[in-house]
Amino acid sequence: MSYHVNEKGFYGKFGGAYIPEMLYPNVEELRQHYLRIMQEPDFQEELQHLLKDYVGRPTPLYFAPRLSQKYNTKVYLKREDLNHTGAHKINNTIGQVLLAKRLGKKRIIAETGAGQHGVATATVCALMGLECIVYMGEIDIERQAPNVARMKMLGAQVVAATSGSKTLKDATNEAIRDWINNPENTYYIIGSVVGPHPYPDMVARFQAVISEEMRAQLLEKEGTELPTYVVACVGGGSNAAGAFYHYLDEPEVQLVAVEAAGKGVHSGESAATSILGRDGIIHGSRTLLMQTDDGQITEPYSISAGLDYPGVGPLHAHLFESKRARFESATDEEALQAVLELTRLEGIIPALESAHALAVLDRLKAKPDDIVVINLSGRGDKDLSTYLKHFHFDEK
Amino acid sequence: MKNRIKSLFAQKPKGLLSVYFTAGFPNLNDTETIILELEKSGVDLIEVGMPFSDPLADGPTIQASSTVALKNGMTIPKLFEQLQDIRQKTQIPLVLMGYLNPVMQYGVERFCQKAAEVGIDGIILPDLPLHQYVEEYKELFEKYNLSKVFLVTPQTPEARIREIDCHSNGFIYMVSSASTTGKTVGLAEQSQAYFQRVAGMQLQNPGVIGFGIHDKETFVAACNHASGAIIGSAFVKALQQEGSLQENISSFIQSIKN
Repeated sequence: MSYHVNEKGFYGKFGGAYIPEMLYPNVEELRQHYLRIMQEPDFQEELQHLLKDYVGRPTPLYFAPRLSQKYNTKVYLKREDLNHTGAHKINNTIGQVLLAKRLGKKRIIAETGAGQHGVATATVCALMGLECIVYMGEIDIERQAPNVARMKMLGAQVVAATSGSKTLKDATNEAIRDWINNPENTYYIIGSVVGPHPYPDMVARFQAVISEEMRAQLLEKEGTELPTYVVACVGGGSNAAGAFYHYLDEPEVQLVAVEAAGKGVHSGESAATSILGRDGIIHGSRTLLMQTDDGQITEPYSISAGLDYPGVGPLHAHLFESKRARFESATDEEALQAVLELTRLEGIIPALESAHALAVLDRLKAKPDDIVVINLSGRGDKDLSTYLKHFHFDEK
Repeated sequence: MKNRIKSLFAQKPKGLLSVYFTAGFPNLNDTETIILELEKSGVDLIEVGMPFSDPLADGPTIQASSTVALKNGMTIPKLFEQLQDIRQKTQIPLVLMGYLNPVMQYGVERFCQKAAEVGIDGIILPDLPLHQYVEEYKELFEKYNLSKVFLVTPQTPEARIREIDCHSNGFIYMVSSASTTGKTVGLAEQSQAYFQRVAGMQLQNPGVIGFGIHDKETFVAACNHASGAIIGSAFVKALQQEGSLQENISSFIQSIKN
């Protein structure tokens, strides 16, 4: 079975480009050129240079001794939290902004949930001197205030999405509408492996640097490129796509995708799409999505703004249906406990999103000689107010 | 089998007025009243909107009407129930317009079958791309004698317009300018060039211009370049005026036609 996109833009039955005709020229332009541009030597040279000297890659693969001791296995953390701007998101925005420049686009738009993709987009736009507009749900603007401040500091215009659930889904709707209204000069940097083909494949390729480095680093540290498990959180699924990418065709490597269960998978307040979702169309892609019997998209819930999305990238829908990846979920509470555990055992404060991946460590039942790589996709600075409140560190 | 859309364009090749409304708005059971009043006011073709939670191609007016309609309880089964006897009351061509996901969940074949059964003539699904339609659904639509209407925009290349024309049977929906629905900037100079370019292509399907048509001036301008024009957001706004539904509809349509 192939886990890569086919020439028509599908992963199994998922994917495609279900877009209104207004978007066709833009998406078609991208589809025709993305692979060619990405393979050009001068593109690769500029990308590699920026990933190394600007982003700070390769990120360390850190053996976590106290976490390993606690779970009686070998736990490694892929430190995407150490990237410039604090998460894996910049791997993709650097790549896409270079593409946008080669396509002659002057105006960049993006959607953001937790604000990490918005910050990463605003950052590369500042670097390249491009106009930047970021759509963000009104609720997320409130709960991720530090990232809103960073985007503004970087010169981006942050536009509140006030429709629907006022979160990531609605921010994405608004960004797509902006693109429909500005078809000539605008490039839309999608932040996850979602949206119409070629976005899921393109974003996965830009994030694939994560697993490319993992292989080399594991070979050096463990004498094998292949871990027993790779664990990553999944909202849309870009960090998971990057962490899984170079292991998709290595069946002995167990891929574990962790979704946000919110207040419990069946509580009515959850974002566990693989369990709660059905085959459908969201944001131009056929995938699993949370919806009513009538096909109206439902409003998900997670304490983590980055995982608060009713769909999942088509690659992940395919990995789920084909059983190539194991899907787990972690509740708000489990994620918060995992935050505190990592902080106190290893001195690393993770992002709420990444903590969902940490939260399933005990469920893996990993053996002492197993190698578990957890993709630590982002750092927790943006979530400090949530942490202070939850753990009562804000009390005098 | 006769299709009312084809008969309409054969009888009236110019100056045709098509109106869109969102089913279930302002009230759940207004569908029949709106259709009959539109016909009485002299409208030629009606697009019945099936509300969707995430209407990507629509601006704020149609988004808001969709939210209200869904809150009112509108669903595809409900809409078919409301349209069950419509053909005993009117022969005006009716087109259903909506997004693919709710139709997919209802079942595309079941949807086509039911639409044909209640007397629907055409379907517009902006997010069903042409090649997907041709590969998966075209046979179904033809089996049930439903016209599939596609959109073209000022950015659509000539070869693609020809391809769309080849797979369309009814009319081609010419989006006036690159935008979501409900922008009222008028028809730009660039749009005129695009209308003329399409008119010059001698397509087999007639063209009808939509998006941004909101008053008599824009309606007349659009009709100069195509077989007719479509009004959506401006009509949905008119339905929200004070006064009875019938009065609002007839005074709005009169303001366009007279």
